[in-house]
Amino acid sequence: MKTFAELGFAGRLIAVEGLDGSGKSTQIYLLKRWLELQGLKVFFSEWNSSDIVKSATSKGKKRELLTPTTFSLIHATDFADRYERQLVPLLRAGYLVLCDRYIFTAFARDTVRGCPPEWVRGLYSFAAHPDVTLFFKTHLEVSLQRILEGRPSLKYFEAGMDMRLSTDPYESFRIFQGRILEQYLGMSTEYDFSVINADQPIEIQQSLVRKLVSSQLHLESFRTRIPKQRS
Amino acid sequence: MKKKYSGIQAAIASKEVVMPKASKRQFYGFGIPLVKTDSLRGKLIVVEGADGSGRSTQIARLRDWLEGCGHATVQVGLKRSTLVSEELELAQKGNILSRTTLSLFYATDFADQLENVIIPSLKAGFMVLADRYIYTLMVRDLVRGMNPEWLTNLYGIALQPDAVFYLNVSPEQLVERNFSKNASLDYWESGMDLGLSRDMFDSFLKYQEMMADEFRKLQSVYGFTIVDGNRTPEAINAELQKRIEAMFRGEPATL
Repeated sequence: MKTFAELGFAGRLIAVEGLDGSGKSTQIYLLKRWLELQGLKVFFSEWNSSDIVKSATSKGKKRELLTPTTFSLIHATDFADRYERQLVPLLRAGYLVLCDRYIFTAFARDTVRGCPPEWVRGLYSFAAHPDVTLFFKTHLEVSLQRILEGRPSLKYFEAGMDMRLSTDPYESFRIFQGRILEQYLGMSTEYDFSVINADQPIEIQQSLVRKLVSSQLHLESFRTRIPKQRS
Repeated sequence: MKKKYSGIQAAIASKEVVMPKASKRQFYGFGIPLVKTDSLRGKLIVVEGADGSGRSTQIARLRDWLEGCGHATVQVGLKRSTLVSEELELAQKGNILSRTTLSLFYATDFADQLENVIIPSLKAGFMVLADRYIYTLMVRDLVRGMNPEWLTNLYGIALQPDAVFYLNVSPEQLVERNFSKNASLDYWESGMDLGLSRDMFDSFLKYQEMMADEFRKLQSVYGFTIVDGNRTPEAINAELQKRIEAMFRGEPATL
């Protein structure tokens, strides 16, 4: 599959990937601020899905109706909805689009749940690949600590309880996250991830993020065309 | 008293219930994780065809006949899953979801029924009567320009049925049957989202022709039985019964 640049889109997509608690959301937020303060056309995708798709997804989760296959399909539906309605138009319009998680999250998660990796990759083959993928690599214990300290109630699917790894949600979450990390590490070279050591301080990471993004993209060409208001 | 169709008399005359021959069962592609196909003893019988091709009539008759023969039956169809059927209904009314999204939504509906109804029923030895299957879903998407390999991979989760009957009815007859049933043509069954024509009647004819073409193309890949649907319900059902009996004996239904 090709990147948005290779497919001739005017815009560029920057995705961040990593475990829960890797600090990736903080970093992408700071990246967004840095880009918009420079006056660049930047859009942070909030992943707002249509009400209809959202309703089906939350019903499936709340009532624990999902199997690995339907879990994968309903998330692919949700992704397709956002991809076609939001991402593609923005990228056609020449925006720098920032995504907190992209298809690699699904590749890792669905594979751990037992779906064949080739099937999942095929499912998402309609989606172009990011122009820059930043992978925030933490030690499993570091990310687990951040999550388990801050938010003690884990949801059923989030903790991987459907996989019957353990009857204890915390133990289940640990095993599940460990397997997700393995998947990420396996994909790292295949999909050309830019790996950032996320055990470092926020500032050090952010300076790496800025350097990586400006070396991989020609940022000047994303300057907004809207004239500044004169006072 | 319930009306007795052809074949029923013979079915109930015998106290001896015939056990269908076991057949080798497979998924089309990757299948469903952890499901073993050799434990699925029942039979999966699919009836395909456009709206107004007589699918539901045929399925109702097959059900009576199969039950008369002493087989347990269960019915499945599109947009009937617990998971997403309501949402799919809404999505169709509003026409707000784009192509890939709607396609995946239908696939989710299918997968939910496959895992929660079809597979458990087959395991319990039921005859599963499917009012449409993956072929309609694929054909609808193919007509809308979706990538064939993408669809093949997506529906690789599906089980290969024991028999697939496509009720082939001419577009002219379909028009008449739709009018006599609903007094109007359906937006989606007329392919109005494709912009073929602003005239609904024209669009219906063109769309049904395109669908039939794609079905014929799929037929060469999936090898289902094309049944002449321009005949009386009795004549059609008699043919289906004959083919199902052959399948029960371990002969191909596609004779």
